[in-house]
Amino acid sequence: MLAKLRIKNTALAAAVGIFAILFIAGSVMYPNFLSLRVLLNLLINNAYMIVLAGGVCFTILTGGIDLSIGAVVAMTSMIAASLLRSGMNAYLVIAICLLTGVVFGTVQGLLIQYFGLHPWIVTLAGMFFARGACYLISVEAIPIKNQAFYNISQFKLYLGPGRFISLNVIVALVFLALCLYLAKFTKFGRTTYALGGNRQSALLMGLPVARTKILVYTFSGFSATLSGLMFTLYTLSGYGLNANGAEMDAIAACVIGGVSLYGGIGSLFGPFIGVLVAGVIRTMVDFQGTLSSWWTKIFVGTLMLFCIVLQAVIVEREKARKADAQQKKRKKKEPAPAELAEAKS
Amino acid sequence: MNQVKQKLKGFMQHKEAWAVIGILIVLLFNVFFSPKFFQISFNNGHLYGSIIDVLNRGSSLVIVSLGMCLVIATRGVDISVGSVSAVGAMVAVFLLKSAGMAAAPAILCGLLAGLACGVWNGFLVAKLNIQPMIATLILMTVGRGIAQIISGGQILTINSKAYAFLGRGYVFGIPFPTIIMILVTLGVWLLTRKTSLGTSIEAVGINETSARYAGISTTQILWIVYIICGLLAALSGMIESANVSSADGNNNGLLLELDAILAVVLGGTSMDGGKFYLAGTVIGALFIQTLTTTIYTFGVPAETIMVVKALVVIFVVLLSTDRVKNAFAKLTERKKAGVENAG
Repeated sequence: MLAKLRIKNTALAAAVGIFAILFIAGSVMYPNFLSLRVLLNLLINNAYMIVLAGGVCFTILTGGIDLSIGAVVAMTSMIAASLLRSGMNAYLVIAICLLTGVVFGTVQGLLIQYFGLHPWIVTLAGMFFARGACYLISVEAIPIKNQAFYNISQFKLYLGPGRFISLNVIVALVFLALCLYLAKFTKFGRTTYALGGNRQSALLMGLPVARTKILVYTFSGFSATLSGLMFTLYTLSGYGLNANGAEMDAIAACVIGGVSLYGGIGSLFGPFIGVLVAGVIRTMVDFQGTLSSWWTKIFVGTLMLFCIVLQAVIVEREKARKADAQQKKRKKKEPAPAELAEAKS
Repeated sequence: MNQVKQKLKGFMQHKEAWAVIGILIVLLFNVFFSPKFFQISFNNGHLYGSIIDVLNRGSSLVIVSLGMCLVIATRGVDISVGSVSAVGAMVAVFLLKSAGMAAAPAILCGLLAGLACGVWNGFLVAKLNIQPMIATLILMTVGRGIAQIISGGQILTINSKAYAFLGRGYVFGIPFPTIIMILVTLGVWLLTRKTSLGTSIEAVGINETSARYAGISTTQILWIVYIICGLLAALSGMIESANVSSADGNNNGLLLELDAILAVVLGGTSMDGGKFYLAGTVIGALFIQTLTTTIYTFGVPAETIMVVKALVVIFVVLLSTDRVKNAFAKLTERKKAGVENAG
């Protein structure tokens, strides 16, 4: 338990540190970088990704994965745009979209849990399905002209003169709080961690393993559609190629934020930080001006490598430490019960 | 009748069965609804027809899937193959265009780029002990960036006839990619089934620790499979790019990794590693291509392919799960019992 806590904190602290270093470096290198506007834009531009990464994080914590989320974002934008074009009420459209995500995620979860299929395969098929569904609706982009929807998208919360955050940011922050609450203070969250740590023991402990495993995919599907709605509000159009590769960006955000892809380790705060780190890199590339946008990919990838190696090193060191402790105990011959418990964990 | 049943049961025991059945269903569908599918004509010394088209267009997927199959057998996965194929194609095309290199050395350099990618992945997985999916995720993101930087963010086009031959050429009327596919399949088969490499790979996939205790150099084996996978990914990328005489860092080999994984899994190799089935992989990849070509010949919008692919994959994978198998077994038992009761 202690070991796990340490891994989580070190990786998360590293991510926060990287964010701080990058932001300071940006402020030193470029004038006008250090401003509230840049920070707020960071949130506004990445709000949908914060939600996306938070949702997929739960599936990663169980040791699974959800590859369909990027495609679901696109599907949501298409469903919303086409329904709005047919003149449906904006709020009803939002409700329908969210319901679609819940159903989509639950079906994936059922296939994974009930039939014992590999999450990779199921969510891969889900990804193909969702992308294909976009093109079934329309091959071309659909602009959104609905007045109510437009009004929602234009909502701004002013923090000062000329400094505002959009509705998306508020939703993303509320969502982040919800994720943190779910992970820390609910049975669902604890079971999620237990599942990722050791499925067998979770089962033996009598935790609702099957239900939780389905629910994480339901939640991931829900957050993907929520993110899709935010993306639609942001771009005000539906298009089948929207959010191409977003699933990988979301997973990368989790990794940078210190969430272990082995499952069971990581804070829900991690994906948030991961998204911000990737966002800062993009902003810096934009500020530089001469660099092309694909440099972002290379920087994010390099950073990911750094985080992954760091995680691997920490895990190795913890293993060595544990082995050391065990050896010491053997020398003592009569181990204290507390130490034994720790060694077992 | 019983004998047929026995044989059928024996056939169903094979892991490759579902891929074969899938391909047969699609072909049967074509027999009824588009008999033209089976027409093969001989024009200008080239073979033409939908079947030939499947073998031609499907060859690059088969080549990647074979590499992926070996990686999955070690309980790994290489999700960077799409990016690696883009890098390989970009290196070859760039050298042809900007450095004025001849086709053969350019292709060799493309392969070397694939090899380098494989070495990198192998280093992360075998030496640093990083989970394969995470390790290859890095190259998946960075690879496309590298390809873009080589080309300066542009789509490079060339008109080298020698390079185009790689993707569009014909030898004795047979498409050249198909010949490469057959040679690669043969090569991988010889390498894994006629040497101890195949057994070692399976041993690593089943239990890495015991494989190490048994004296297998697991690091070396892991390194070898990722290098093979990188090489084959670059080769397939070059075939694809040669076919259109251009290289596009953003779109070459997009979602290739997913198709390759599907082909391997449909072919009966488990994502949990262990035993691998090369024939199944080839059939699985050809199944995906047959499905695609069939959809095209029906004039269905190309975009719907993904939906069909998704449904077919889920269907086939579901059929192979224990729960469905048990349900079927129960159903047939009940039928038998019913017949006996009636008798």
